[in-house]
Amino acid sequence: MEKRIRVLVAKPGLDGHDRGAKVVARALRDAGFEVIYTGLRQTPEQIAEAALEEDVNVVAMSLLSGAHNTLFPKVVNLLKDKELENVLILGGGVIPDTDIPALKQAGVAEIFTPGTSTAAIVEFIKANVK
Amino acid sequence: MDDQSLRAKLAEYTAKVEKTIAKRPERKNLEHNRLYTPLDLEDLDYERDLGFPGDYPYTRGVQPTMYRGRFWTMRQYAGFATAEESNRRYRYLLDQGQTGLSCAFDLPTQIGYDSDDGISEGEVGKVGVAIDSLADMELLFAGIDLGKVSTSMTINAPAAVLLAMYIAVAEKQGVSADKLNGTIQNDILKEYAARGTYIFPPKPSMRLITNIFEYCSKNVPQWNTISISGYHIREAGSTAAQEIAFTIADGIAYVDAAIKAGLNVDDFAGRLSFFWNAHNNVLEEVAKFRASRRVWAKVMKERFGACNPKSLMLRVHTQTAGSMLTAQQPENNIVRVALQTVAAVLGGTQSLHTNSKDEALALPTEDAVRVALRTQQIVAYESGLADVVDPLAGSYYIEALTNKIEQECWDYINKIDEMGGAVVAIEKGYIQREIQESAYKWQMDVENKKRIIVGVNQFQIKEKPPEGLLKVDAAVGEMQKQKLAKLRANRDNAALKTKLEVLERAAKDETENLMPAILDAVKAYGTLGEICGVLRNVFGEYQAHVSL
Repeated sequence: MEKRIRVLVAKPGLDGHDRGAKVVARALRDAGFEVIYTGLRQTPEQIAEAALEEDVNVVAMSLLSGAHNTLFPKVVNLLKDKELENVLILGGGVIPDTDIPALKQAGVAEIFTPGTSTAAIVEFIKANVK
Repeated sequence: MDDQSLRAKLAEYTAKVEKTIAKRPERKNLEHNRLYTPLDLEDLDYERDLGFPGDYPYTRGVQPTMYRGRFWTMRQYAGFATAEESNRRYRYLLDQGQTGLSCAFDLPTQIGYDSDDGISEGEVGKVGVAIDSLADMELLFAGIDLGKVSTSMTINAPAAVLLAMYIAVAEKQGVSADKLNGTIQNDILKEYAARGTYIFPPKPSMRLITNIFEYCSKNVPQWNTISISGYHIREAGSTAAQEIAFTIADGIAYVDAAIKAGLNVDDFAGRLSFFWNAHNNVLEEVAKFRASRRVWAKVMKERFGACNPKSLMLRVHTQTAGSMLTAQQPENNIVRVALQTVAAVLGGTQSLHTNSKDEALALPTEDAVRVALRTQQIVAYESGLADVVDPLAGSYYIEALTNKIEQECWDYINKIDEMGGAVVAIEKGYIQREIQESAYKWQMDVENKKRIIVGVNQFQIKEKPPEGLLKVDAAVGEMQKQKLAKLRANRDNAALKTKLEVLERAAKDETENLMPAILDAVKAYGTLGEICGVLRNVFGEYQAHVSL
């Protein structure tokens, strides 16, 4: 049997809005992935550590506070430090279009903004996970 | 027409409908009945269930004249970047005819960290203004007479500290605490359940809240000591009935805690206030507001034996539903907010914040905020909706829906009572799971197109990238750090140390009211992080229940 795709859904920073993270986590689980949800207020270090320990294929971060330009690239770099280059890194939340190119440049594979369907996220993961 | 002939007529109508829909099917997935008639209100007793505005059970509103006396308070939630920047926005809003202030604090402030704390990195000034000490608070309200304005502060876990700062600023302006008007949110239970800016575990958090009730009843008598909030529960995905049910259950827990701490219910209950969401389904929302007033009045009278009419009234601030704004075709949000405003006004709110069209994308620009404020002004001055008290009363649908939501609310309250109250229900994750279920169902309904969101899953267009969004200056974090370094170097650190030691001793003694010690530490320019740090050491931190 093929190994199931493992996804870490993470809430970096101090933002408490987790409706989106929880809905996405559940939709990914319903789509057949193994999902681990970190809960709120995770530092980039905690997220990278969890990604390593849980041996995940995907780290999906949700942030609605505006701290994404600081925190997403930090997580990307920490994952690199742990030699987790193959992990697919995704971001979601209230993220202005103008911030997206720099985030992708930093190593976030895709940014999902408000209105995205969970089906689109599932498809993206299936098509891009290494 | 008597009931019997009405029933016969209804049967005729139903038969006709069935024939019609056999040929032309109706739209699917509608939540409410097709039609409501006097038969739906057979048990309605005007005096018992509705009464007159300003009279028990307050279904028709908490004041006798409602908006014929004066309109609701138009209060736009605002704050970002530094205290200086936010002060400019507040003065602009007051110039534009806004009638009350509403402060948004950044996340480090809401969670009791200073701007120079490592954990604050990237968050300083983002979702609200950064307040590290009394010095920032002085700048925030510079040139605004705190004796004349009413101020609402969205602050929960460190509410006691921010309230103390407000009292201290007022004192410097020569305004005594008994003249102050405003609200602190101070509602920790919904932070655990839905919003996430908690610090301490439930027990010391409930103590801080009852300490504030007690302190204010003696010293700041016009202050609303809590805003028991359904808004964020709804934003997290609950239904209308769940929003008021979980919130009133939280309210019961606060009243219980205060009575257990030895307070007399009528000494503090009149200063409790509520906070509802104005969502998209206009008439359902109106029914929700009406049902909530009736439930709370009964709770306070029958359960807690409150006698003062003020203790029985559910006074409410409202905000339009942020989660219903779309990033797609953002201009459409102006219409959504207008409809939500109609719901709040027909529901009888005491104050209102209207969201701006660009808030699914960023914090609002000044222009967008002005349109949102104008929306309230148009509803108030032009629409006629505010001219008659509770104009929808007596509508078969509205009254039936009010009854239905009330019943759903009691069912939840009874269930939560059986579990041991709201604190236990939250610790067990019950309330969180109920909200998550509803949120997931909503999302699936949107994805399956059972629920249409204009511009999102139907009527889409190719979008142009949005322009002119507000961007918070990335230098804010650095500016706050510098201000803090200066503050720490220039204040009397020895005097502060003594104040913090007094606070620590007070925190360890459960019988002490913490407010005086917090006020002293604030006046000695102790920072929010230092004061909360002392309390963190004594109280510990809340560990969230994580469930999917």
